[in-house]
Amino acid sequence: MDYQTLRRKIIDIIADIAIDEDLSNLDDNIRLREQLDLDSMDFLDVVMELKKRYRIEVPTEDYMKLATLKSCIEYLGPKFAFST
Amino acid sequence: MTNYDTVIIGAGMSGLAAGIRLAMFDQKVCILERHKVPGGLNSYYERPGRKLDVGLHALTNFAQKNERGRPLTKLLKQLRIPYEKLELSQQYFSRIAFPEHNLSFSNDPQLLTREIEKSFPHQKDNFAKLLELVKIFDDVNLDNKPQSAKEKVREFITDERLLEMLFCPLLIYGSAWENDMDFSQFVIMFKSIYQEGFSRPKNGVRSIINILTEKYKQLGGELRLGTGIKKIDIENSAVIGVTLDSGEIIQSNKVMSSIGLPETMNLISEKSESPVIGNMSFTETILFFDKKPGDAGIKETIIFYNDNNKYDYKKSQTLCDYRSAVICFPNNFGYDDYDEGVIRVTFIANFEKWNELDRKTYLLRKEEVCDEALALIAKVFPKFQANLLYHDVFTPKTIMRYTGHFKGAVYGTTQKARDGRTGIKNLFICGTDQGFLGIVGAMLSGISMANLHCLMNGEKV
Repeated sequence: MDYQTLRRKIIDIIADIAIDEDLSNLDDNIRLREQLDLDSMDFLDVVMELKKRYRIEVPTEDYMKLATLKSCIEYLGPKFAFST
Repeated sequence: MTNYDTVIIGAGMSGLAAGIRLAMFDQKVCILERHKVPGGLNSYYERPGRKLDVGLHALTNFAQKNERGRPLTKLLKQLRIPYEKLELSQQYFSRIAFPEHNLSFSNDPQLLTREIEKSFPHQKDNFAKLLELVKIFDDVNLDNKPQSAKEKVREFITDERLLEMLFCPLLIYGSAWENDMDFSQFVIMFKSIYQEGFSRPKNGVRSIINILTEKYKQLGGELRLGTGIKKIDIENSAVIGVTLDSGEIIQSNKVMSSIGLPETMNLISEKSESPVIGNMSFTETILFFDKKPGDAGIKETIIFYNDNNKYDYKKSQTLCDYRSAVICFPNNFGYDDYDEGVIRVTFIANFEKWNELDRKTYLLRKEEVCDEALALIAKVFPKFQANLLYHDVFTPKTIMRYTGHFKGAVYGTTQKARDGRTGIKNLFICGTDQGFLGIVGAMLSGISMANLHCLMNGEKV
């Protein structure tokens, strides 16, 4: 799956979680928490949505790999390749 | 026999919020509610031509859209409800009215600071230090041990008159303890009332309940109204489900109860020691007039009235304690959705005294409460001359009947279970007795307990 497709999938999840936020100008290299009002509970939602939509499991010790859009894509890329 | 992942007892704000979280992540969930309408402590009813709100006078924790890290925006995000849906309008301002001093506050926290500087100039620096502590204290940490808020605040505020005034709204808007509260609770409420402030959803509390119910059903959650529970079923010290009043048995892996801790423990067949039932209950008089208070120059949204320098927040010795009151003017929000003038007056009351009255005397005493409410309005606002069109009074007995809280204890037990655990495997509580109070607190309680116990199996992130 290419970078842009993965990026779209992750942003779709964030859009459902942070419904009141504007996601059109996200910087892939800046931590999502700095750009959006997301706390640890909301990251839990990202993890649960990944599981619900794509059956991708993210163990607790890997949560920090979801810090930026870029790190999300790098970390989740191989996992998407194996799902569905 | 149906088998659920989680059964939630009670369709109040906390139960509905918990249900939304679980249904969102594909749990098979069912909310059981004894009454015909959802809402619980914060609910509503209709009388010919009029809609009456019960429960809190306002939504606390006002936040603007996208304001970061605020409880209100946090909970809306967790429930995936757009901010605009609430159609919030802000209070004008509220006032703590004691005999020697008045302190006004609004959703701009600077107003209270200025008022304190004016009335209590010698407490200016002390109040600033208290604000600093409120800012850094980790109020929602579930591991906080209870401690006396008055003792803690006395370390800063050295004028008892100011201390009493500051505590007055916080106590009556959410303390199960008499004349004091837990310090964590104090900080939560201080922020929610004095720093974030009051607002009202368009059409009142029913809007929130409707939004929550609609969202929950949309996500596939099951809601059974008019469904009382006879007992919570336990096998080998773990919950296995519930038995309904009808005798129907429902199996569930987990049970989340929002009906109060003593009330929950009472549904368990293996009786354990019952938690303490709180003493605080109230009467409320809802008055409809042919004129709006604003037309007579009343601009306050809520008044916290007390006739003494000391505020006696404890169970009344008589039917009602008329020395203090909360007077709410629901017309006085940014958007007024009433055609008539409305005033709500709350007095501290005594459950047992109301409960022992025979029907005839009970109705007579309710009229006396209404007269006292009218007399108080006339005393505080002599200029307000209007004809009373309709009124209703509810008492601690009414509160018990409609909320199921023992002794009509609005704020529940004095021993909160902050982590939601009950000592019984797979039985958890949320809502009032978990310890987050108010409308926002209730929803946050439902969300955080559902996350912790039903989505993460008790593991913290």
